Amino acid sequence: MQTRRETLKHSAAVASLLAASGLFPQYAQAFEKAAFDAKTINEAVKAMGGAAPVESKDVTITGPDIAENGAVVPFGASTSLPNVKRVLLLVEKNPSALVAMFNVSPDVEVNFATRAKMGQSSDVYAVAITNDGKAFFAKKEVKVTLGGCGG
Amino acid sequence: MADPMRIRAQAAGDKATIRVLMSHEMESGQRKDGNGKIIPAWHIQDVTATLNGKTVMTAEWGPAVSKNPFLQFTIKGAKAGDKVGITWKDNKGDTRSDEATVT
Repeated sequence: MQTRRETLKHSAAVASLLAASGLFPQYAQAFEKAAFDAKTINEAVKAMGGAAPVESKDVTITGPDIAENGAVVPFGASTSLPNVKRVLLLVEKNPSALVAMFNVSPDVEVNFATRAKMGQSSDVYAVAITNDGKAFFAKKEVKVTLGGCGG
Repeated sequence: MADPMRIRAQAAGDKATIRVLMSHEMESGQRKDGNGKIIPAWHIQDVTATLNGKTVMTAEWGPAVSKNPFLQFTIKGAKAGDKVGITWKDNKGDTRSDEATVT
């Protein structure tokens, strides 16, 4: 016999699982404003439905060691992990940490490249969020000679 | 209407590498004009990529993506002759779609 308390506990657990797995398609296309307003890496990852990220060798970030022009810094993010749902690119010391988010489907390889602005020298993170809400990251330090955010 | 994108889609083996160059100001919302007023953010917000009409990848971007954004990704199972479509939408509601053929 299941008590009411237990039933409620289970349904809450199931609901949070569903939310984490992104099974609500109506949310899929909505712009994640909260995530892009987040100031720190952990906040942004959480807003995107991931747990606290752990460092992983299976995630790779590529970028320059020294960027002469912070307005155009080329980055690549890739991972060999299976069941990846989202890939985030973050610059720790930018006014908003999150730069870009990619929704992965089985039809594409988890390997994206783009160019980002950096305000100052900072650690840059690539975060892969899996279908079960786990988050893995890789980081790289990039030194910026000329910032690209102010003016 | 914004300028067209430049899309290059090259097949290699059983996948195709897609490179896209979009034409957009990508104003960060951090800069100030001559009078010290903040220039409002104006950036591409949603990007959608399709292969023969089927969505294969979507992305959301913040204002920290560079001006005239570059994007590279790889589609599995794409072959020469397939159509790759890219659509973006910015935070002012402006949108642009372009298509290229995989070579």
